Amino acid sequence: MHCCWELVLPPVSTVMAGLLKRALRLRTALRCLCDYNMLSRSTATLSPVDFHSPFLTCSSEQVLASTRKLHAGADGSKVSPSAAPERLPFCRVTEEDLAFFRKILAGRTIVDPDLVEPSNVDWLKSVRGSSEVLLRPQTTEEVSQILSYCNSRNLAVNPQGGNTGLVGGSVPVYDEIILSTSLMNKILNFDSISGVLTCQAGCVLENLSFYLEERDYIMPLDLGAKGSCQIGGNVATNAGGLRLLRYGSLHGTVLGLELVLADGQVLDCLSTLRKDNTGYDLKQLFIGSEGTLGVITAVSILCPRKPKSVNVVFLGCETFEQLLKTFQLCKSMLGEILSAFEFLDSECMRLLNTHLKLPNPISDCPFYIVIETSGSDPTHDAQKLHNFLEEAMTSSLVSDGTVATEEAKIKALWSLRERVTEALTHDGFTYKYDISLPVERIYQLVTDMRKHLGNRAKSVVGYGHVGDGNLHLNVTSPSKDPALLAAIEPFVYEWTASCRGSISAEHGLGLKKRNYIYYSKQSQAVALMGNIKAMLDPKGILNPYKTLPDNLKQ
Amino acid sequence: MSGRVLVGVKRVIDYAVKIRVKPDNTGVVTDGVKHSMNPFCEIAVEEAVKLKEKKLIKEVVAVSCGPQQSQETIRTALAMGADRGIHVDVSGKDYENLGPLQVSKILAALAKQEDAQLILLGKQAIDDDCNQTGQMTAALLDWPQGTFASEVSLEGDKINLVREIDGGLEHIKINTPAVITADLRLNTPRYATLPNIMKAKKKKIVTVKPADLGVDVTSRLEVLKVEEPPQRQAGRV
Repeated sequence: MHCCWELVLPPVSTVMAGLLKRALRLRTALRCLCDYNMLSRSTATLSPVDFHSPFLTCSSEQVLASTRKLHAGADGSKVSPSAAPERLPFCRVTEEDLAFFRKILAGRTIVDPDLVEPSNVDWLKSVRGSSEVLLRPQTTEEVSQILSYCNSRNLAVNPQGGNTGLVGGSVPVYDEIILSTSLMNKILNFDSISGVLTCQAGCVLENLSFYLEERDYIMPLDLGAKGSCQIGGNVATNAGGLRLLRYGSLHGTVLGLELVLADGQVLDCLSTLRKDNTGYDLKQLFIGSEGTLGVITAVSILCPRKPKSVNVVFLGCETFEQLLKTFQLCKSMLGEILSAFEFLDSECMRLLNTHLKLPNPISDCPFYIVIETSGSDPTHDAQKLHNFLEEAMTSSLVSDGTVATEEAKIKALWSLRERVTEALTHDGFTYKYDISLPVERIYQLVTDMRKHLGNRAKSVVGYGHVGDGNLHLNVTSPSKDPALLAAIEPFVYEWTASCRGSISAEHGLGLKKRNYIYYSKQSQAVALMGNIKAMLDPKGILNPYKTLPDNLKQ
Repeated sequence: MSGRVLVGVKRVIDYAVKIRVKPDNTGVVTDGVKHSMNPFCEIAVEEAVKLKEKKLIKEVVAVSCGPQQSQETIRTALAMGADRGIHVDVSGKDYENLGPLQVSKILAALAKQEDAQLILLGKQAIDDDCNQTGQMTAALLDWPQGTFASEVSLEGDKINLVREIDGGLEHIKINTPAVITADLRLNTPRYATLPNIMKAKKKKIVTVKPADLGVDVTSRLEVLKVEEPPQRQAGRV
């Protein structure tokens, strides 16, 4: 069956015409991966029931044939690109394997289904694996022994940190062994002169923040999941967060990594030097590799000083254009003290009011901005802020707002932005999209999506790191709805590709978005990624089925 | 009714900050530490502004006793809707020794000077937890007091009050002028909105000294020592 796709047509110019052609080429390339249809099983949820589906009880020849058809894009195949692929021929865990693990991890080899189950399901409760073994090493040496053994036995491994990822990358797809870093939570060293923190990969981000705050420093990144996410996972996914605007990404703030490669080799790149141009900078390859190139066991990260003066401003704007002008004004008047610029729309506020009973601190407006300033002098910052606010109010860019300088009020205002994700989970089944776009086009996608979906969706909201050009577009429905998904995808990806945006700004690809990589990366680049993966993990045991598209698998 | 309400606001160390005792055990570290308005005083300001919005009173005057920085606390009250501020300048050793008795003498003097009908205070400050200023002020003025108020309503020249007490809720009716101290559930303080923050910059804050009010702030208490509570031992399961 042929599916008609709506293409959003921007004003025509030669550049645009070129982009249009590119989008059309992408569409053809993706047809080769799969076909879109009304689906009965459109997401990657695999309950034990799926093992009895006709697909899997076929003979291996039939399975192979179906897989080929899937990849060739023949009509009649009914699998979405975000669904899990067939199980690859890894070995299964035996009693001997368990005996080995128990020998090196006494008491930390977990096979009790009740204890393994939470690690089989992601935070969104949207994907479930069927792993039967959860390993909890405490040292790099133990991780090395585990991987060396699994590599020789051809057992697949799923590294797992805080399990807060949003693209199904942190949980097994089938029976991969879960390698949890939760017990690797020691802080190894903190240099108070250089501000370099060295710690194991399983340290929870919020705990690191508390530790540093006592010593007058802060972590260079901050996200809503801070109470559960671990630094190893943050690095593996190149997490962005609320402070990226000011302190940059992990590619800049991570100074060194200690990793264990697929064959168990320990790679010690745990430098604490700010500058070191001796050879290729290997750690950059692993930052953002989502556990597919190696397991991060320790991190050294450069931390900024705790600002003496933090102010949070919550503003309301009538239009997105005014919001953008406010952003420009902000950069010019608050420039060096600006540390965050986030937005949420009125739909988000409605969800916060309804599901979390959080009241609106100001009057109702179509758009809300959260601005944070961090500086070394409260008086200077207060003056800059006052000038900015006066200008914003008198030029009517902003219709209402409030300021917080006190800890408690600052937390309260931030929670309005940080808890939108939580509010969405109460609204129904959420389809999440994390898109990078040119800043001026960010909200256009939300408006177009609302028009496109009409009544089919319950809520369509837009919020995110507008200062970084990063939109979090979320669509909710009362329950999982394949028809709705078919309407959203590939519309959202094509729209993004037509602006040369990224289909995953900070969430990564994981399981759900692996096959959409071609919307934002050229095929030669993806092929090179495949070569690197094959070189570092020839058996493909590290976090299989994730990050790289299916058509690259051996 | 002159329709004037006096609201006392105290500048205290922000409740979210971790308190540290000074090495010489004479007090807690306050230098460079984040300060803000006492949460119960915020509730008192909110109640006063609400009464003004209901047109039951005409003017809200915010008062704070302390050093120069106390003016910031008064500004916050102005941004929430108070009309003007009075800063009673007390600094140095006098400020370190300033306690409920001296503050209540100051408030009593100001109430007479400003011809206030109502004094609204927080039930206690989160730094000393004294819970005495409201009661002492009422005694000095020989006014009725409604402490731990969780509901306040004006009825002519009387006030209906619900008090939170150990046994439950007590309903009382008192005459005006009176002193009311606010408890947690009285209201939820509003966020100061930008237009009000801008307006607050233009509102007047007058500075006076305790001596101008005829109040002697020498303390009859001497702090001997301040120390941390004993470290909690780890529990055993």
